[in-house]
Amino acid sequence: MGEVTFAEVSKQFTLRVAGEVQHVQALDRVSFNVRDGEIVALIGPSGCGKTTALRVAMGLDAASGGRVTVDGNEVRGCGYDRGMVFQHAELLPWLNALQNVMFGLEMKGVRGAELSDTAMKYLDLVGLADSRNRRPHQLSGGMKQRVGIARALAIDPKVLLMDEPFGALDAQTRESMQTELLDIHARTKKTILFVTHDLDEAVLIADRIVVMREGRVREVIDVPLSRPRPDLGLVRGLREFSETRYRVWRLLHDAQTVQ
Amino acid sequence: MTEVANAERKSITHTASSAERRPWPRWAITLASIICALALWEIFGRNINPVFGSYPSAIAVAFWELARSGQLGSALYDSLRPFVIGYALAIVLGVPLGLIVGGSRAAGAALGIYVTAGYAMPLVALVPLLILWLGLGFAVKVAVIFLMSVFPICINTWAGVMAVPKTLIEVGKSFVAPNAVILRRIVLPATLPYIMAGIRLAVGRAVVGMVIAEFFTTISGLGAVIINSANNFDTATMFVPIIILMVMAIGLNWLIGWVERRIAPWQAEIAGRDRE
Repeated sequence: MGEVTFAEVSKQFTLRVAGEVQHVQALDRVSFNVRDGEIVALIGPSGCGKTTALRVAMGLDAASGGRVTVDGNEVRGCGYDRGMVFQHAELLPWLNALQNVMFGLEMKGVRGAELSDTAMKYLDLVGLADSRNRRPHQLSGGMKQRVGIARALAIDPKVLLMDEPFGALDAQTRESMQTELLDIHARTKKTILFVTHDLDEAVLIADRIVVMREGRVREVIDVPLSRPRPDLGLVRGLREFSETRYRVWRLLHDAQTVQ
Repeated sequence: MTEVANAERKSITHTASSAERRPWPRWAITLASIICALALWEIFGRNINPVFGSYPSAIAVAFWELARSGQLGSALYDSLRPFVIGYALAIVLGVPLGLIVGGSRAAGAALGIYVTAGYAMPLVALVPLLILWLGLGFAVKVAVIFLMSVFPICINTWAGVMAVPKTLIEVGKSFVAPNAVILRRIVLPATLPYIMAGIRLAVGRAVVGMVIAEFFTTISGLGAVIINSANNFDTATMFVPIIILMVMAIGLNWLIGWVERRIAPWQAEIAGRDRE
């Protein structure tokens, strides 16, 4: 199981701008849920609170009000039921690919043969078994992010939380990573909540899209595309794809003109 | 996969172009520079009154005489003993102190100010006080060398901790690592290049501390050779320990660099310095 529920989650930041204290409402009573095994995309203009929502779900930031639950358990700090994939992978530069995947497992208390076997299994899952001895700077951007995904998956979380995981990659690599993520999802059946600013990516990957604006959920949109989606190039040609994309685009466009 | 292929192609063209030009190796440039400097010193030094200056060949003769009489060996031993202990103590205490000051908000607020003040402390002025506390012997020399070198090590470590990217620490947090584990497994390795830079900077300060200690406490070691020969207007002999100390500092620097490449090879690789 891996069901994530946001119930009236609010988050305020206090900023000091030029000597003046400003209160920023990053999240304002955000409510939505992610069903078990589902992929949900959080999309919105920058500053809309989508990354904050993800960080609150991870437990890296505490909510000022409301609560996030995973399978009914309230999130209080980080936990092994959630795995985080960071925007720029954030691998530890002094460890090689395998050791980076092992890091999370070690923290979880896995030792001995199980440690290296499990890490190898997940490195293999992302197609990097042969690059296990490379250090991060010897990996391309796409490969780094795959290690980041393997590291998060290795602790066997119920939910994978991803913060613009492919945002820093070039278009070609991004497309192959999207296909790969769907493949990994098909094999692991993990619940995935991911933040993106890429409209195409949201529609291609997600089952549902949460459109955010100024700290609020503006709308939750169902993506009427069936699974599996092995050929994303083909999906792009479907009428359902362009219609959904246009719907989301309108919502984002309205949000920007209002601002 | 295409990215990797591109990266490899780039590195191939890189080696090809550098092979065409065949630049001088670093050590050859350094050697040529030393030879030029010594030659110029020799040419111009010979025209100066030997009380006011000296030149390489005269210093070499003085070196040989000092070494043959056994004076140099025992002076070196007397100097190096407190040096090694004081410097090692500075590393052993300075690094953890820097980690604590940088890693804990409370410790930073409580102790940081003493570290900053200690770095700027006019230690020479405090030597008489240290003599009152510790006497004129071995202990006071260790103390002076320690106090000279501990602060750059500590300050660099501290700065290194402050420079660790917040997101790397969040990686640790996201895997529920306790603070002590984050400090050891993430902050310490990320800080290592800064720590090594501090240890390097401290070499120079430790050498200065050593000579100060030998001048102002019991006159002994290499410092004694300097003072005695200066008092006898034997300038060539006076230069011998000065040059030995400079060579020693260069050697230690090289050794620290070698250790750094062994324990933190990723740093040079990231900076692209591993090709040299």
